[in-house]
Amino acid sequence: MDEALSLSESHADIAGLSVSLQGVAKIYDSGVAALGPLDLKVRKGEFVALVGPSGCGKSTALRIIAGLSAPTSGQVRVSYHGEAGRPGQGVPGQAIGFVFQEPTLMPWTSVRENVRLPLRLARVPGREADARIDEALQRVGLLDFAKSYPRELSGGMKMRVSLARALVTDPDILLMDEPFAALDEITRFRLNNDLLALWRNLRKTVIFVTHSVFESVYLSQRVVVMTSRPGRIAAEVSVATVEPRGEEFRTSAAYADYCRKVSAALAPSYSGRSAL
Amino acid sequence: MSPNPLSTESGRALRRLRIVLPAIVLALGLAAWELVVRLNNIPPYVLPGPVLVLQTLIGDWTVLSQSLLTTLLTTLEGFIAASVGGIALALLFNQSKLLEYSLFPYAVILQVTPVIAIAPLLLIYLPQQTAVVVCAWIVGFFPVLSNTTLGLNSVDRNLAGLFQLYGASRLQSLRLLKLPSALPYILGGLRISGGLSLIGAVVAEIAAGTAGAGSGLAYRIAESGYRLNIPRMFAALLLLSLAGIVIYGLLALISHLALRRWHESALGKEN
Repeated sequence: MDEALSLSESHADIAGLSVSLQGVAKIYDSGVAALGPLDLKVRKGEFVALVGPSGCGKSTALRIIAGLSAPTSGQVRVSYHGEAGRPGQGVPGQAIGFVFQEPTLMPWTSVRENVRLPLRLARVPGREADARIDEALQRVGLLDFAKSYPRELSGGMKMRVSLARALVTDPDILLMDEPFAALDEITRFRLNNDLLALWRNLRKTVIFVTHSVFESVYLSQRVVVMTSRPGRIAAEVSVATVEPRGEEFRTSAAYADYCRKVSAALAPSYSGRSAL
Repeated sequence: MSPNPLSTESGRALRRLRIVLPAIVLALGLAAWELVVRLNNIPPYVLPGPVLVLQTLIGDWTVLSQSLLTTLLTTLEGFIAASVGGIALALLFNQSKLLEYSLFPYAVILQVTPVIAIAPLLLIYLPQQTAVVVCAWIVGFFPVLSNTTLGLNSVDRNLAGLFQLYGASRLQSLRLLKLPSALPYILGGLRISGGLSLIGAVVAEIAAGTAGAGSGLAYRIAESGYRLNIPRMFAALLLLSLAGIVIYGLLALISHLALRRWHESALGKEN
């Protein structure tokens, strides 16, 4: 039921756009207005960060795009596998990869089998699946840990497994819901760099939800700042800088400047009613 | 805690104490029992000493072992019926809320009605062997049902979302997500129901024993009671307890083997 809303129209060609939300709103059964109306257009291959106070509906927006939750009103269009040059590389029907705040791994099976899950559900034949799994694990640098169980890994490594699982179907769109929020800062910086490197290589559309201003500016090409509940767009900040970004960008004046802009856009949220 | 040599040493000593201490208590208790019986010249039909009980156990082994086998077979049949029935019913409930709402109250009623009160009725309507197995099943199935239901409902919400995202079929979700998530709960339920199946079998045998034929251990206890063969009562009781311990131990071992690689309950504290 839920998929129908986003995926039935997914082949509709929306020139150059990967995700398009028009007037999307979500009102929970309890009557709480969680989101919107929200208009958001994300180009193919763009890295967009959604920033906002907790409870502003960022995660809800992501779940709606993924088809995990149905919007109360509005139109969701998701386009994939339309690009010339890479026809049918991805697993059919598995065009969206999702990374949750928690690693969300199956504790009862190995890293390899966890990464295999999306392929297994799509009934990809064994040999092709094995090759894809190796490639995905290689990308996140965990090939040596394929036989480990999730409990034997550190928090950062678990997150990498989660990322590998999202990448294994070669999706066009990667949705990330505060994936590194629970990690320590050192691990987080490393994963930020790794994610940027992955994005440079794969050029997937990434929508990255975070509540960290610094992370959003460091990673994305465009930061979308949301207001507190119900979440709407307060401001958009385009981050234009010399690619590839690295540690020197993190310490540059331009970076601080962008962070200041995003923080300023967020400011009304601090002064408003607390979301807690 | 870091595993420095001192703490592993004391850990091993502690583990040894956990075996040695109950053994000492057992030995002291048995010695006191034997002593009281001998010093007071208590006749065996009032209270036999542990030595006599052991002698009876060996002397009556042919009769008792036959009975033990009968009771164990009943327990096993009841346990298998309870496990299969409990898990299957929980799976059905999980697939259909309507079915759950319609039937769950009756599962509860069956559970709260004392089986010893149901047994005589069952013995009227069913052949004796079937009635005994049904009793073992009634007592054993509820823990499996309720634990499996709990387990199936405790699936990680995000993992369930992931399965939805990747378009998993109902069967795939069940096989790859719900059953593995529920496994620790199911095994916990089985551990309880193993012991309960034995109790159900014994209760039914006692009820059946008074009605006539029967050859299980519980029947031996009842029969020996009528004949004032108190040492044999004790011997049969001893066998019943040992059977219960072995059943529990086996199920605990299976549970440990199935979960040791991933579940908190089966991991050492050091991890």
